[in-house]
Amino acid sequence: MVNPIGLRLRGIHHAFALKEQDLPVLEDVDLDVRPGGSVALLGPSGCGKSTLLRLVAGLEPPRRGTLEADGAPITGPDPSRVLMFQDPTLYPWRSVRANAALGLEARGLIRTEGGRVDDALRLVGLHEFAEAYPHQLSGGMAQRAALARALVNRPGLLLLDEPLGKLDSLTRLKMQEELVALWQREGFTTLLVTHDVEEALLMAERVLVFSPRPARVVSEIAVDRPFPRHRDDPHLVALRREVLETLGLREAA
Amino acid sequence: MSASVEAGSLPAAQDIRPWRVWAGGGAAGLAWLAAAGIVLAWPDIDEYGRTELLGGVAAAVGLLLVAAAMAGAPGPVARLRPAGPWLVALAIGLIAWEFVTAKLDLLPRPFFVAPQALLEVFTDDYAKLGESVLHSLLLLIPGYLLGATIGFVTGVAMGWSRRVGYWAHPVLRLIGPLPATAWLPIAFFAFSTSRQASTFLIALATFFPVAVLTWSGVASVAGSLYDVARTMGARPWFLIRKVAVPAALPSVFVGLFMGLGSSFSVLVVAEMMGVKAGLGFYMQWSQGWAAYANVYAALLVLAGMCTGLVTLLFRLRDGKLAWQKGVVRW
Repeated sequence: MVNPIGLRLRGIHHAFALKEQDLPVLEDVDLDVRPGGSVALLGPSGCGKSTLLRLVAGLEPPRRGTLEADGAPITGPDPSRVLMFQDPTLYPWRSVRANAALGLEARGLIRTEGGRVDDALRLVGLHEFAEAYPHQLSGGMAQRAALARALVNRPGLLLLDEPLGKLDSLTRLKMQEELVALWQREGFTTLLVTHDVEEALLMAERVLVFSPRPARVVSEIAVDRPFPRHRDDPHLVALRREVLETLGLREAA
Repeated sequence: MSASVEAGSLPAAQDIRPWRVWAGGGAAGLAWLAAAGIVLAWPDIDEYGRTELLGGVAAAVGLLLVAAAMAGAPGPVARLRPAGPWLVALAIGLIAWEFVTAKLDLLPRPFFVAPQALLEVFTDDYAKLGESVLHSLLLLIPGYLLGATIGFVTGVAMGWSRRVGYWAHPVLRLIGPLPATAWLPIAFFAFSTSRQASTFLIALATFFPVAVLTWSGVASVAGSLYDVARTMGARPWFLIRKVAVPAALPSVFVGLFMGLGSSFSVLVVAEMMGVKAGLGFYMQWSQGWAAYANVYAALLVLAGMCTGLVTLLFRLRDGKLAWQKGVVRW
């Protein structure tokens, strides 16, 4: 078990500096996540959800607004808040084990805490591929390796930026289940960015729906169902229709 | 390199038909025996000291090839198989060379030398040749390592720091494309010994391609690779050593290869212009005595040395970049 992190975001504004002008991406976003909670950020592709995750990870500061993790302002990256990208972004020159060891190595903990690497690989079912190189892995295995690399740091907050977006549908379903099981067992807080309504409803306690860019929160839905959930649960099916209508996709519902 | 790959796949085919005669080897063996016959039986136009030795060597090669062809067994013989056509061509080349020089004297003499004359250089002057190789290596390697190290560090610094890039880029752009040999008059004047001057020039020639390609390699590392490490608590020094440098390594090796090429060219020029040792000097000196056989022999040795060093660099690269190849390694 880890120490789950609570999040509090207030009045977040952010923009990309382009050549001529600023391109606003986030507009007045407020967000609260309880320690150990699971929140999904749902919205159209390119709306700015991923930028919000980069801000929470501390990779860049917002133009305006405050971000707090457990009451302390977020000023930079911290291994307790690990970001997992849509691409596995494994280092091609490192074996799976060496990739997973990255965080411990970066913090000089590899000597004392090295055992955590194999634990994490076992947790994601990759211990038999520890010596393999990234180019030898399938898409799902590569993303599992990236998950192991994140978990080695024992994050209190796992930031997931469409981590299943590029996987085939069967692998995707399986990994949705695995991530939920992992979250329940390990107890970390999860912030998931996705554009898949079903995925958001299956994996999160609360779903925040964003508008197209610049992203604002247009509605918030509490998904009050126990885990593990099933996609054909009538309550989820009704919620799915509701969310799609919010997104302006009445026909698709 | 591709030859060894093909050879590696051959034993499997041999297992099915273990006693197949190697036709190409037989042809090559006969060609070498024919060459031996012509060298030994056809009288030379002039007196050559090593005609019997050359004929003996050719005969020995021919006999060995015939024996290998008859045996046809897997093992070391199988590795020679892809070389069959080359072995035939070499024998024919030797015969043609014999006719136009030693046997019929069709080509003007001081410039064109007979094979036995070339062989004589190796049998009589091997000590001097070996010493020259050693001198060349002792001049080349320190200069190359110095240039490669400074080039690598400069390239990493330029790719990493915008400020270093700002100051270093214009200088590199102006000085870099200048051939290192253009500095020759200044270098021999500025340094107290020709050895120091040559080391400086070799280092300069190596520096430029290594710096530029390391720089471009580091500058083109995807930002997401840094983000991954940063989000897990990596400091800048870790990002340079464990992300920027390994990611840029394929490009660095291209620079090292190009730098090696330019360092060879500077080495030979330096040895011909000022340094009184090494293969370049040996060639220059022999040419002064119209000893063209010695010039060709040194050229051959120099080619062997250069290709050997390039092969060494490629071996090192293949070891360091094993992850890059499609080969499965567990």
